[in-house]
Amino acid sequence: MVTVRLPASLQPLAGGAASVESDGATLRALIDDLERRFPDLGERLLEAGAIRGDVMIAVGADETRELDAPLPDGAEVHILPAIAGG
Amino acid sequence: MVTEAKRAYKVIGTRPLRPDGIDKVTGRALYGADIHIPGALHARMKRSPHAHAVIKRIDASRALAMDGVKAVVTAVDLAPGGDLSKLADPAQNILAGHKALYRGQAVAAVAAINDQVAQEAVKLIDIEYEVLPHVLGPREGMQSDAPILHEALRTRGPGAVDGPTNIVAINQAAFGDVDKAFADCDIVVDDEFSTKMVHQGYIEPQAATATWAPDGQLTIWTTTQGSFPARESCAQLLNHPISKIKVIPTEIGGGFGGKISVYLEPVVALLSRKTGKPVTMRMDRSDVFEGTGPTPGTSIKARLGATKDGRIRALYADMAYENGAFPGSASITGTMVAAAAYDIEHVKVIGYDVVVNKPRTQDYRAPSAPAAAFAIEQLIDELALKLEMDPLQLRLLNAAKEGTRGPMGMPYKRIGHEECLRAALDSEHYRSPLGGPNRGRGVASGFWFNVGLRSSVNVSLQPDGTVNLIEGNTDIGGTRASLAMQLAETLGIPYEDVKPTVVDTDSVGLSDVTAGSRTTFGTGMAVHEAGKNLIKEMTARLAPLWQTTPEEIGFDDGAFRTKDGAKSGAFKEIAAQLAGRGVALTVSGSLNAGFLAGGGFAHAVVDVEVDPDTGKVTILRYTAIQDAGTAVHPSYVEGQMQGGAVQGVGWALNEEYYYDESGRMANASFLDYRLPTSLDVPMIDTIIVEVPNPLHPFGVRGVGEPGIVPPLAAIANAVTHATGVRQTQLPMSPRRILETTRGIV
Repeated sequence: MVTVRLPASLQPLAGGAASVESDGATLRALIDDLERRFPDLGERLLEAGAIRGDVMIAVGADETRELDAPLPDGAEVHILPAIAGG
Repeated sequence: MVTEAKRAYKVIGTRPLRPDGIDKVTGRALYGADIHIPGALHARMKRSPHAHAVIKRIDASRALAMDGVKAVVTAVDLAPGGDLSKLADPAQNILAGHKALYRGQAVAAVAAINDQVAQEAVKLIDIEYEVLPHVLGPREGMQSDAPILHEALRTRGPGAVDGPTNIVAINQAAFGDVDKAFADCDIVVDDEFSTKMVHQGYIEPQAATATWAPDGQLTIWTTTQGSFPARESCAQLLNHPISKIKVIPTEIGGGFGGKISVYLEPVVALLSRKTGKPVTMRMDRSDVFEGTGPTPGTSIKARLGATKDGRIRALYADMAYENGAFPGSASITGTMVAAAAYDIEHVKVIGYDVVVNKPRTQDYRAPSAPAAAFAIEQLIDELALKLEMDPLQLRLLNAAKEGTRGPMGMPYKRIGHEECLRAALDSEHYRSPLGGPNRGRGVASGFWFNVGLRSSVNVSLQPDGTVNLIEGNTDIGGTRASLAMQLAETLGIPYEDVKPTVVDTDSVGLSDVTAGSRTTFGTGMAVHEAGKNLIKEMTARLAPLWQTTPEEIGFDDGAFRTKDGAKSGAFKEIAAQLAGRGVALTVSGSLNAGFLAGGGFAHAVVDVEVDPDTGKVTILRYTAIQDAGTAVHPSYVEGQMQGGAVQGVGWALNEEYYYDESGRMANASFLDYRLPTSLDVPMIDTIIVEVPNPLHPFGVRGVGEPGIVPPLAAIANAVTHATGVRQTQLPMSPRRILETTRGIV
């Protein structure tokens, strides 16, 4: 089981929850699970089978774009808006 | 300089001359307005004189009838099928559709045989407006009875109410139980703060030139922080294939986030398509102020609670950020960075993005962070006063460190915040007493994310053993040098043997903007990868010459050697041997360095004197302290730190978009918009702290942005201590100081 933390902008798409639990064993399985439960959320995460360019996903302290990497049990997955700067 | 044990480098950490330096100081470098294509037409914009108005009719017939006028374009030329109802927000900010949403918004453009004719023709474009009520401030924009800018806009985020609104989004960062934590605190401080809209103040105004060839090939010369993003934007705005667009970046005279968005590029492209001739357009300074993207004004209410031993337990903040006339996301980063410098268990920060009748805001060096720090770092200072603690020691007691939950909710990797605070405490400046009346000392901390993003470079080995480095990032702060130095370090060759060149979008792989403090970090990683690839390829080609296998050859300290030590050759020597075999050797490095780039902390110690009669604030002494990870070129790191400090001084003391009642910016020139000059600031002392970034092969951190985060608050704290009156509003102009200290209005 992993905990998924959502940014404020996506929380309304997950029934207002700031975090949700999932048993996805990989990021891909986790996103599939979220999409089943919250159909509008999935399209905000993936585009053409990859993580959207304006979305950042971190497992623990490490950013990742690898959808098939295994998720350790108990991990925190952070979904975040993209940032840039000046 | 403070350092911890670090790797020994031969090139990194030295201070060589920048490759572009001579051209820039002798005037040979070509900037945006230096592009002269034979036969080019000159273009000018017609801009809205109203802050909020329906555009009822545009009649260009008188302009088109004028001798020398070749074409006029309006939003109809940008809209899909000429249907203004299909005009997306980014296009409306290029040329207004059915409404003008801020004074200075471009409404039409004219191309003529020279600039004088174009200027006269603009006056002959007749536009009928229906003027609407306008709104200028973020809190005013949030009111239920405020004039609505976009009828279809609905708030995103938790707590949103359905219906027309100017609130674009509600963002939130929340951890722990804030209400309970405040109840358990011994001391609670709170206040309300506001900052004004300010401009990046880059010296070179926007300028762009385009040729639209009969085969549809569009070539654009522009001064930009990102030629690839400019190409992408133009492709979308013009509904034209990326493969048919080449963007050639000129040298750039400053950007600071303000030269990421396109303004002129799609317009000169449209005019070129319409006339069949090259078209060039330049902004003047008032165009830049009124028609580009400044940074938001803000209104922030904040509360901080601590125990009597100085442990900060809870933070609450309510932050409203202007977006200007079109929806943006300024409050997202403001919300995230509010608590970033400290280990606070209970946090609730709510951010509002609000559209108002001002230019669409854009990034400005650590966007949204200086305003957040202006509020939070003053509350930290107030807490220190109440606790009778040294303000740096209070910060050190509560400092975020490796493992602390960071601004995005994940734990920090290795960061140098504590090391910076100790360097500030140990500095000669902080240990020196500040005497004299009407003087005060202030300190503040600041955090900025920094980013990595996507970069590509090509590296070609030359027969003489030098290498050409081809890159796609425009050089704003010395990145030709900092990238060449990283390649030289990787290859073990002298810096002078690397020749860096910035090229157009057809000549190198995708490279994101020169922004987010990312180029020396992220493109540096691509350079390192390309260097490794070059060594690998040279090894593969060397093996048959040495009658061995690539696995038996190592590379170290600028030389190839067989593992048994029988054969060896320096990089240049081997390059000559390989060149003699007649095969060119070119490699690339291309990667996505991600969004997380290790974060950067900056700090300021500043002394001021306030004239009680005039309200003028004089900066007596300023020390900037910053963690650079590894300072690739220390002089350029120091320059970034000093530049951020000086821009912060201007933001703190003088700069603001000053609006009259009609919604007109009343100070849209450098005569009236008061940038600091060399007479206004002392020498900015710098202390570079080096805590290597684990995310970069050489430990590099971005350094361009963090330095502007602390000065607003540090100066406010200093003025507060000098005057005895907490300074909660920017700018702390003489008028404002007299208002707050003597009640003179």
